[in-house]
Amino acid sequence: MSILEIIVFLPILAALAIGFGAPARFTALGAAGINLICGLVAAGTAKFTDIEVGGFSFVHESSRPLLDDPELALAFGLDGISLVLLILTVIVTLAAVWVSPAEIKIKGSTKLYYTSSLLISAGALGAFLSTDLFFLYAFHELALIPTFLMIGVFGFGENRKRTAWTITIYLGVGSLILLAGLIALFLNLGGNTFDLATLYETASNDVNIPAETQSWIYLLLLVGFGILVSLFPFHSWAPDAYADAPTPIAMLHSGVLKKFGIYGLIRIATPMLPAGAEKWANLVLVLLLGNIIILGLATIAQKRLDRMLGYSSVMHMGYVFLGVVAGTTIGMSGAVLLMFAHGVSIALLFALAGSLRDRFGSLEFEKLGSGLGKTVPKLGLLFGFAAFASIGLPGFANFASEVMVFFGAFQPMEKGDSLGFLQWAAIISLWGVVISAVYMLRAYRNIFKGPLASPEPRAADLTWGERIPVLLLIVALMLIGFVPEILLKYLRPALESLTLIGGGG
Amino acid sequence: MPVFYLEIIVVVLGLVMLMVDAFVKLEDKRHIAWIGVLGLICVFFLLFKVEWPTTTESTFWKFYDHEEGTRGFSLFYKGIAVLCTIIVLIMGAEFRGVIQKYIAPPEPGAHPQSGLGEFFALPVFACAGLMWMASASNLVSIFVALETVTITFYVLVAYMRRNVGSLEAGVKYLILGALSTGFLVYGFTWLFGITGSMDLAEIKTALASENVNVAAALFAFGLIIVGLGFKVGAAPFQLWIPDVYQGAPTPITAFLSVASKSAGFIVLLRIAGCFLSSAYLSEKIGAVLVVIAILTLLYGNLAALPQKNFKRLLAYSSIAHAGFLLMALASPPGKSGGLNSPAVVISFYLGAYLLMTLLAFLVMTAVRNTQEDESVDAYAGLARRSPFLAFALLIAMASLAGIPLTAGFFGKFFVFKLAFENGASWILIAAGIIGAAAGFYYYLKIVASMYWAEGDDEADSISVSIPSKVTMVLLMIGILVAGVVPNAILSLLG
Repeated sequence: MSILEIIVFLPILAALAIGFGAPARFTALGAAGINLICGLVAAGTAKFTDIEVGGFSFVHESSRPLLDDPELALAFGLDGISLVLLILTVIVTLAAVWVSPAEIKIKGSTKLYYTSSLLISAGALGAFLSTDLFFLYAFHELALIPTFLMIGVFGFGENRKRTAWTITIYLGVGSLILLAGLIALFLNLGGNTFDLATLYETASNDVNIPAETQSWIYLLLLVGFGILVSLFPFHSWAPDAYADAPTPIAMLHSGVLKKFGIYGLIRIATPMLPAGAEKWANLVLVLLLGNIIILGLATIAQKRLDRMLGYSSVMHMGYVFLGVVAGTTIGMSGAVLLMFAHGVSIALLFALAGSLRDRFGSLEFEKLGSGLGKTVPKLGLLFGFAAFASIGLPGFANFASEVMVFFGAFQPMEKGDSLGFLQWAAIISLWGVVISAVYMLRAYRNIFKGPLASPEPRAADLTWGERIPVLLLIVALMLIGFVPEILLKYLRPALESLTLIGGGG
Repeated sequence: MPVFYLEIIVVVLGLVMLMVDAFVKLEDKRHIAWIGVLGLICVFFLLFKVEWPTTTESTFWKFYDHEEGTRGFSLFYKGIAVLCTIIVLIMGAEFRGVIQKYIAPPEPGAHPQSGLGEFFALPVFACAGLMWMASASNLVSIFVALETVTITFYVLVAYMRRNVGSLEAGVKYLILGALSTGFLVYGFTWLFGITGSMDLAEIKTALASENVNVAAALFAFGLIIVGLGFKVGAAPFQLWIPDVYQGAPTPITAFLSVASKSAGFIVLLRIAGCFLSSAYLSEKIGAVLVVIAILTLLYGNLAALPQKNFKRLLAYSSIAHAGFLLMALASPPGKSGGLNSPAVVISFYLGAYLLMTLLAFLVMTAVRNTQEDESVDAYAGLARRSPFLAFALLIAMASLAGIPLTAGFFGKFFVFKLAFENGASWILIAAGIIGAAAGFYYYLKIVASMYWAEGDDEADSISVSIPSKVTMVLLMIGILVAGVVPNAILSLLG
């Protein structure tokens, strides 16, 4: 039993234990805490020198063959990319399990609440750590039903049932399209094994999938992953879902689970189908501009904080796509780092928004009034931090990663080259930073600054218990913001081997 | 122990049950069901101990499949029949209250459970027929086995004789069943006329020879597919399914939807195999199967969407699953062996289908004991009344919908993989994807009803008997284990 297997199965076992009557909050927090420690230990002890197994660490200890023909194994491994996402997941999971459980006090069943959160976390961990194509897909789906139940049972607003149906059907259809693409890819790579390392090898050496085939498979994968990651124009499920979902689900889904789509593109689609990636690169550039500019403007127009955060989360996915399309090591590193930074910062924002909703009963800007910074100064201060991080102010991980993404877009240029489509897209995307400053700062000013409404709303400030998960997230953001090298040193070799495998970027 | 003793043991077991019912004074006739369950559990273990004949000179072996290559399959389908019958008997014991209400004799002084004994004995006879069908390698034995099963079902479907719904279902099933049997027999006679043999192996050779009469063979296949399409619930011969499933006693509905369907599929596999291996016929037969598969997939899944009655919804779901099974059958076989052969994929799917469908019906039976209502709304708040039943049904629905890490997903995954690999037509694959997507909605509708609805807090919790509970737990474990380790089912195929 390797440490990675413990990390993936601990939340599932904890969920089972809760089902059999273990104290829910205690067990869930315990599992999330142990997982955070295990995650850091795994990151610390991983060895990335072993080139033979495709750059994955821990592969030998944690591979259990299940089928011979085709080769199928429950196998986990860690490389630089999955390491970053592993850390992201364990941090956000702990924070999500910890945040205020006010909504369960209203509606009962703590069991369902905590088991669902744990299962979503287990699904994300399993997906990020699997080195077997089949389980990489299968684990992601583990989150589908818990999300469905949580939004329907504990969600907010009149429309929560409708929202739960929308996200489930949308993501279900997306997964089916993705599955079709993955099966096609798998068969075109020989159809003998689901092992990622072997598939990379096949993709680079033996089999040259004809460019035409690559292009339609890539399109299937792009649509499938794109739906999961809310790429424009497949984004419409996301803002409502995050707005209506209970706080931990909004944190886990927008912070962690959504990253699976990008992870799939970086891990599977781009390296295995380089010609396909090249063919559709311009389409992706147009779509990501849709994410950044069109949805950015839509974000400004929102009248409720939770919906605004939902849109902003969708909008930021545009930058990640930009890094992926750039295809250079620095751009890709930026993209993965941005997945981390965005995951932590959006989880932070949703956690604070949840605290606001618990205290004031609504997240509509008009009803919240203004000047709440005087009523709840600590909440206001922390929200300020979160907003600055989200805009991408230096000192936060978001800044480091966004800068890398933009640099990455310009890196392929030689001296004297004129600007290509990629570079123009990057220049237009830069305006997204201005857009996000507009809506974030406006929201911050409207809610926390200005004169207090009369009669003065009364509310207790954040207690220490509530501050801990928030501080955990802020510390993670600032740590990586000041010393991005902590994660970058793992990313570079992993990405370089992938880009090489894909026949150059 | 020679393999055909299994069927003999099962028939004797059924006779013993009838005798006990007639001659032993039992306060509670449930004990007859327990006799059957214990006996069949023994038979199930005997399945792993059978011996195959060394000499096959006697005429008997012409009627009983003993080929080296298909032994595993025969045993697998026998196992499905036995397991299914065991669970149906347990369900029947749980369901006795409802049955009693509709069959109790009106005159005073009669045994209140009079007539219940046969309800437990008849499925055992059907089981013997199903087991024989799994090994039938001759048109005659196929037909006799099929009729043994079908005639038992005519009785069982209409068993609740004072319930109009059950009677209506019985009449519908009888008329349409008899009609389809007619088509089947007529098809068999044509097949005999073309090939001059009743033996499937000889028929296969005859159909593959170049002087086969293609038009006549196609006509024969058309007649046979009408008959078998009725048994497995393939469109456009599926019209009886919703009404009969809804009207029949719940355990019998489960029996129909699992055992009868899997037996139909093994016969279809054997007979269609004869046609598909002929170079002159395979293309046209394949096209017919593709059309039927597309129709079944679309009809089953799309018509399930608006259903409000849970039992009826499962009826449409049964059609939908027949669609996926036909999709595997219709994918022209490429390189053979392992998961590339439709037979293996279909068998796996049916194994998974058994686990998840019977789990759903077990929960339905338990809920039906406390309330008349079978609509989806009746399940509102089940998560509060009985978290265990709700969780069991959640697992069953997740698996039926084909969510990964459940047995149902592997079933669908193998079907899609086979279809892609063997270059099935795009329309077929698209119909499969549409069907699977629709499935998300109508299965999760049940989940939503159980968990979301505010529900009636006053309603009593539901008591479940120990055997049912144990069976449910075993089925859940089976679904989850097979959802990660497909070999759990595949290795049984030998």
